Amino acid sequence: MDRVPILKLGDVLLVSIQIDLEDEVALALQSDLSERIVDTGARGVLVDISALEIVDSFIGRVFADIAATSQVLDAETVVVGMRPAVAMTLVDLGLSLGGVRTALNVEKGLKILRKDLGLRGVEDLEGIAADDPGSA
Amino acid sequence: MSAAVETTEPQELPIAADRDVVRVRQAMRTFCLVAKLSLVDQTKAITAASELARNTLVHGGGGRAVIELVSDGRRPGVRATFTDTGPGIPDVELALGDGWSSGTGLGLGLSGSRRLVDAFDIETATGEGTTVTMTKWAR
Repeated sequence: MDRVPILKLGDVLLVSIQIDLEDEVALALQSDLSERIVDTGARGVLVDISALEIVDSFIGRVFADIAATSQVLDAETVVVGMRPAVAMTLVDLGLSLGGVRTALNVEKGLKILRKDLGLRGVEDLEGIAADDPGSA
Repeated sequence: MSAAVETTEPQELPIAADRDVVRVRQAMRTFCLVAKLSLVDQTKAITAASELARNTLVHGGGGRAVIELVSDGRRPGVRATFTDTGPGIPDVELALGDGWSSGTGLGLGLSGSRRLVDAFDIETATGEGTTVTMTKWAR
């Protein structure tokens, strides 16, 4: 089974989903993230879905569960980079993703985390994000 | 690239595991590109197919999908038919209501996917199985 890598950058865990998610892989990501939040004491989670061509109700529910679980573990989750066609489809599908914070790109997601949580290390990350053409 | 595939032959895919749901999505994408659906319509059609394939797996105990190119004489489209021999849906109207779920989903599978496509049909018989057909036309 594929696994989605989780990168630790300061107080933030960064997940960039680059594969077509099987249900099992999505569930593994959810439990891996919970463990990493506890292990690292991370206060923020950024989930980059800019490479995802679809988000169906199962994957959407996993994002909502990741956000809810990380909240309980004292970490804020921001889902970033949703494609416009995916957003339009989710609305038709009836999936509101209530409780999931979103931002247009990684850079804006980091700003939200910095503002809300005053996270350490995030200032450095912004330099990285600014250099990333995908987040411009 | 899959866009270059000019197949008009229907494609049949088994649905017996998680990875088969991903394969249905990938096959749907290929057919949507051939039918020249817009990006938004592709996304909606692939998402609907993903929901229905998962229903076939989770509620129907597995089955198969048949994806094909269709035409109404004016425009091309993509049709996907999902068949299982599971328990069937006792109350289709109830199943098409938002929030209904007999399993682990959010209950958006049937009602949500119906909203994403142009034509949607369910044939089901208790104890015999369910066949769901969806069609998305190019604009």
